[in-house]
Amino acid sequence: MEREADVVVIGGGIVGTATLAALARYDLKCVLVEKEPDVAAGTTKANSAILHAGFDAPTGSMKARMNVEGNRLYHELRDELDLDIEWTGSFVCATTEEEEAQLQELKKRGEANGVSGLEIWSGDKVREKEPNLSTAIRSALWAPTAGLCWPFGLAAAFAENAMENGAEIMRDCEVTDIRVEDGKIAAVETTEGAIRARFVVNAAGVFADKVAAMAGDKSFSIRPRKGEYVLFDKTAQEKMVKGIVFPAPTKTSKGILVCATTHGNVFVGPNAQEQESRDDTAVTTAGMDEIIAGAKKLVPELPMGAAITQFAGIRAVSDTNDFIIGESKTAKGLYHAAGIQSPGLTSAPAIARLLSEEIAKAAGAQAKKNVVKERPAQPVFRELSAEEQAALIKKDARYGRVICRCETITEGEIVDAIRRPCGARTVDGVKRRTRAGMGRCQGGFCGPRVIEILSRELSIPVPKVRKDGKDSYMYEEKLGGARK
Amino acid sequence: MSDMYDVIIVGGGPAGLSAALSAQQNGAKKILVLERDREAGGILQQCVHNGFGLHHFKEELTGPGYAQRCYDLVKDLPEVEILVDTMVLEVRKDKTVRAINPTRGVMELKGKSIVLTMGCRERTRGAIRIPGTRPAGVYTAGAAQRMVNMEGYIPGKKVVILGSGDIGLIMARRMSLEGCKVQAVLEICPFSNGLTRNIVQCLNDYDIPLHLSHTIVAIHGKDRVTGVTVAKVDDKMRPIAGTEFEIDCDTVLLSVGLIPENELSRGLGLAIHPLTSGPIVDQRRETSELGIFAAGNVVHVHDLVDFVSDEAEIAGKFAAKAALGEGGGRKRDLAVSTGANVRTCVPQHLRLGDDAEKVRLFMRVTQPMRGKLKLKVTSGGEEVFAKPLMIAKPSEMIAVDLPEAKIAALSSELTVSLEEGN
Repeated sequence: MEREADVVVIGGGIVGTATLAALARYDLKCVLVEKEPDVAAGTTKANSAILHAGFDAPTGSMKARMNVEGNRLYHELRDELDLDIEWTGSFVCATTEEEEAQLQELKKRGEANGVSGLEIWSGDKVREKEPNLSTAIRSALWAPTAGLCWPFGLAAAFAENAMENGAEIMRDCEVTDIRVEDGKIAAVETTEGAIRARFVVNAAGVFADKVAAMAGDKSFSIRPRKGEYVLFDKTAQEKMVKGIVFPAPTKTSKGILVCATTHGNVFVGPNAQEQESRDDTAVTTAGMDEIIAGAKKLVPELPMGAAITQFAGIRAVSDTNDFIIGESKTAKGLYHAAGIQSPGLTSAPAIARLLSEEIAKAAGAQAKKNVVKERPAQPVFRELSAEEQAALIKKDARYGRVICRCETITEGEIVDAIRRPCGARTVDGVKRRTRAGMGRCQGGFCGPRVIEILSRELSIPVPKVRKDGKDSYMYEEKLGGARK
Repeated sequence: MSDMYDVIIVGGGPAGLSAALSAQQNGAKKILVLERDREAGGILQQCVHNGFGLHHFKEELTGPGYAQRCYDLVKDLPEVEILVDTMVLEVRKDKTVRAINPTRGVMELKGKSIVLTMGCRERTRGAIRIPGTRPAGVYTAGAAQRMVNMEGYIPGKKVVILGSGDIGLIMARRMSLEGCKVQAVLEICPFSNGLTRNIVQCLNDYDIPLHLSHTIVAIHGKDRVTGVTVAKVDDKMRPIAGTEFEIDCDTVLLSVGLIPENELSRGLGLAIHPLTSGPIVDQRRETSELGIFAAGNVVHVHDLVDFVSDEAEIAGKFAAKAALGEGGGRKRDLAVSTGANVRTCVPQHLRLGDDAEKVRLFMRVTQPMRGKLKLKVTSGGEEVFAKPLMIAKPSEMIAVDLPEAKIAALSSELTVSLEEGN
């Protein structure tokens, strides 16, 4: 039997989940489909995790508009949804006269885009705030409205809030086709069956052109661009930076930056490599050398011994070089949110608002009366006072059992992460919701325990527990007997 | 709630249990061992192979057998209490220990002295920056060992092991016994970092190739490992272009080193040695903070658990004495530094009084050496101790006891070196 919905959102990244949360505030039946076992599995999970101020994109572009508006919305949403955001401000550093001229240009552009508080700081003033920065830095553009965030956390918060308002999220569900009848969207075919719907939001990231083509819309194409990063342990922060530090931008990118995370780590990256593959996130020796060399221009003494992991993400670059947002010209009811590269993370709530308003209008939908603005509370044991910790353990003894030693994550938190709306189904899903396995040992100790808890809570055998991706099974049944 | 103990021991592995026994034998009346896992015994519980205990118990035991022996020696002692499933969150300089467990909740415990025996953890893929994708199927050897030996699952069927440390070698054999195919063991150094007996018994006996001076330069696979690219490395351990070859596998096990687990020590502000990555200790295994002792893999990674027990007995003994008020009277503080061919030596200094005191040194050399060797300890240019050796390897800890009589007379710093000839 076919399912029915008003809107199907394709893609569970930051744009898809934010749009779902915005749509769920109308009296619309909304379903999000995501091909991977968890939300935020693509570009959203591997990027610079920065909420940009909005001075980079050309004035008047969709990127500039959405960026500045999105940044403003996050300032509102932070408390409502308990989002992991720190408004640290950002620097763009100049080491030559030409680059100093560039800073002036960026400042002017930012002001035209509506960014407030931009200032040029002297190198010495910058180093007062970030003492490990190179003495070669002559001056920097200070943008106080920029901030750090935990992108997975944002997407999970949107997803949870959407579910609180009645939306449905189908994971491990890949779109195979889109049915168009009389030039209008009729249904979305998936690996879990068809869903009849009048409206589709295409938030498919690097696959957005493929999804558009399923509905007969070939008006744009997406080029994958890989960016590699190196992540450092928390102990590295005092030798690196506390906020966001960019070099002067190049034509194609904002450059290789040195940046803190909301969890107290520091990363360096990204580079920018055009590639054919839409899912090849391999890190390369050459790429790592490139970003380490790049980062050293900002922080000359990188504590390489404190590097804990590397990763790469794929950005979706459209052939228009701007975001493609709005209704398809060829398939009525298909709304694109495509080509969402940087500053996509920052722009997501603005894109969500724009698309949800357009779709609600087209559908004649009304805003719901009793909208839930929050999401269910998520206790974080290590952040509680001793009294609160004692009370929590008394209520639920599992909060007294530490599973992840490095980050002090309790069994109670892991069970909560699995049971909450849009809860974790994979080891990395637990890690991203709780930080279990994100510390120095990278899951060496807690991995087996987390697998055991997932197996128990999801009622699946251990060999069915996955790390992250669709087929990322971790352990197998024993073979029995020695090799012949 | 604040309970007072003579000695609180953080960690219930072989070090913690041995320290508890020794503390009891030396007069401590109230001893508490805090263990974060479900049972005491530490990492030995998953080391189901034999070869443990030859020095300490004078018989060959399995890992769980050794752990059980340590446990049995203390479990019925009225002076010793062991709390499992208990995580220590903080140790303070006033020797207050903050810990939690599911039944007692948040605990504030007070010790007259503290022994840190948290052991070590494995270096991970990130720490050595292996390029490639990040699929399932890449595990530290110890995590895989726990799954195979305690939980009853295998990590995969076709295995490549990076690093020839002991856990890697043991896992090569273990996987073979489970019916899996171990394609190769790769070692970036020109020599193995494991015990010789493990090379023979775990690789040679199973026809598993060991590629020295080789490393993984890329891991392949999207959701699950599909293979690795391997290359030879030059004398600076950099991959040599053109030497790459592919190995088909679904699993990569990493045995690339162990790191003492010193988060609590750092929180305490203890002086940490840059090479051992453990607290700097004196001959009693007392750290920079008097009354706080440390022993075993948390101080420096040992090769044999027997030495861990030996060292923990020293710490336990002096922790008990300190708790009973017998710790003082030491006037001279002499550094123990490393000379030729010695990379690390524990203790890093001696705090000496007038009484004679036994000093046990543990050291590791910088590179493999063979032939007529002489381990020498000098003080003020004078030789205080010498021991002939035939072979020395970085993977094998060298342990020596300095004669008590000599110690009392020492007045200047000691240097430990390994020389060729005589």
